[in-house]
Amino acid sequence: MRHSEAVAGGDGRVLREAFNRTLIELAQERPEILLLDADNATPATEGLFAEAFPDRFLQMGAAEQNMVGVAAGLATMGFRPYVSSYACFQVYRAHDQVRVLVAQTGLPVRLIGQSAGLLTGLTGKTHQSIDDVAVMRAMPGMTVLTPGDEVETADMLRWSLDFPGPIYLRLPRGTAPLLFDQTYRFELGKGVAVHEGGDIAIISAGIQTSRVLAAVPALEAAGIRPLVLHLPSLKPLDEDAIEEAARIAGVVVTVEDHSVIGGLGSAVCEVLAARYPVPVHRIGIADCYAESASPDELIERYGISSSAVARSILAWVASRSDHALASGQAIGDG
Amino acid sequence: MTRAIHTQPVAEALAPAVRIDELHETARRVRIEVVQAVARAGGGHVGASLSAADILVGLYFAEMNIRPDAPDWTGRDRFVLSKGHAALALYATLALRGYFAVDELVTFGHLDSRFQGHPDMTRLTSVDISTGALGAGFSAAVGMAMGSKLRGTPERTYVLLGDGECQEGEVWEAAFVAGRYRLDNLLAIVDLNGYQVTGWPGTEPGSQTPPWPAEALARQWAASGWTVLEVDGHDIAAILAVLATAREMTGRPVVVIARTIKGKGVSFMKGWHSRPVTPDELDRAMEELREAQ
Repeated sequence: MRHSEAVAGGDGRVLREAFNRTLIELAQERPEILLLDADNATPATEGLFAEAFPDRFLQMGAAEQNMVGVAAGLATMGFRPYVSSYACFQVYRAHDQVRVLVAQTGLPVRLIGQSAGLLTGLTGKTHQSIDDVAVMRAMPGMTVLTPGDEVETADMLRWSLDFPGPIYLRLPRGTAPLLFDQTYRFELGKGVAVHEGGDIAIISAGIQTSRVLAAVPALEAAGIRPLVLHLPSLKPLDEDAIEEAARIAGVVVTVEDHSVIGGLGSAVCEVLAARYPVPVHRIGIADCYAESASPDELIERYGISSSAVARSILAWVASRSDHALASGQAIGDG
Repeated sequence: MTRAIHTQPVAEALAPAVRIDELHETARRVRIEVVQAVARAGGGHVGASLSAADILVGLYFAEMNIRPDAPDWTGRDRFVLSKGHAALALYATLALRGYFAVDELVTFGHLDSRFQGHPDMTRLTSVDISTGALGAGFSAAVGMAMGSKLRGTPERTYVLLGDGECQEGEVWEAAFVAGRYRLDNLLAIVDLNGYQVTGWPGTEPGSQTPPWPAEALARQWAASGWTVLEVDGHDIAAILAVLATAREMTGRPVVVIARTIKGKGVSFMKGWHSRPVTPDELDRAMEELREAQ
């Protein structure tokens, strides 16, 4: 298992800004990079790329299905199209085009799912992609990534340049505290332990990892030292690290800004059921659609804020009949 | 259908008569291969393949700049069979053009064949993009033409759509974008055979109303920023003439609405979509196609 002590500091930049600044840097070296937009760009976001490379910014209008197909055609001509749209439209509206023209062809199209997950401003359930990981990871040939901070966002993009197949990059809205310093390098199919412990193993992804780390003090105050495993690569998964985490702690908690059905929690269960079955507690959006509200209200109500995660874990631990926290023993049998 | 608004005059036939005869003979052989393949495999989209045969032969044997011995040559003209269900006509055309042996068509309908029910670029290098989901191929063709413009290279992109396919919303998303980008290196052909699987009932019992009301389809393309031409989709001389005319047009993408007969070449297959061909039907079809020589 890779380890990296989280720097856990600072406000961090907006991930979308990190995406755009890095893509502009890369595009200076690589003329094959194009950015396609479905009328979501603003001067401060993809508009920066449009300003830097007006000919390589392709406005496709509010028509995501065609945009994905155009990207596939451009990829056959030797280009590396980065296709930017709200995750909800890219994944659901253009699902068939992603399936037949991107996944089934294996063309190097990069689908950038903006504002993925619960936080989409005040737009509500139509715009909240809470089962996009379930949909995309089920697709043969699709690589599914989600970064935890701006450093990882930038390095994933650098890494993506020479990857020969399709990629879905799940990019959450807003800022995330820094998880990594500038020496961090993303590796496909590799997780990173960002907090050392062994009483329970918490597995999370995306900016949810920051919320998990913020919940650690409350857990430690209750005598639980968690191992926190961050998985930027949702497909392929770091199966070895998942098994190792289960062996170390004996019980696993998954936490995701996504439905508890079909996403990270399900993927972890699939691995553990086959390789090292242990009890798993899945924290995420509980098979429901959410609503329009402020970010703080949303993550609290739908159970993925730091305090909600801590409460859920403590309640689960307390409910387990075989737990032995009070006596200071390991919770699981690992 | 009658000549639609915005339609421009089509040049007279340009190609020498003897060559045109050869092309019609090639199209006849394409039809034979299609009908035989469907009969062997126990199914296939025979009607759509027969309506598209003359268009495909005109493109692959005369119009397009291609190298059958180097199917991945980057300077080649691109072709997208957006009505991917006419795959057998494409395979037969590619085989007769020399991309692979005609004998290989016997693998159609069996495991490990390079010839899938809809064209698959991961199995067949000579397929420029996989198609099958109606509308999707057209978007990819727009991307190819856009790519040539970005590269500054002269190759052209040709895309064949069905008239039923033109009911897909994605077709009009793609047409709108091609019009906005003035992709005059993109040539679309609509195989207007007047049939779709179920369609809307016509006035006679068992009959069907064509997928588009007369002239509405041409108006829709024109409104999306395209120049609209029309042609008899079974007259190869006329097809080549209209393609030559389109090649000289600049500033807008061009669509050629090709009036065709679904099942052309075999009288009793008119309107057939996807179905098996019985041994008796195969004999009768071969008889008609032999007589056409």
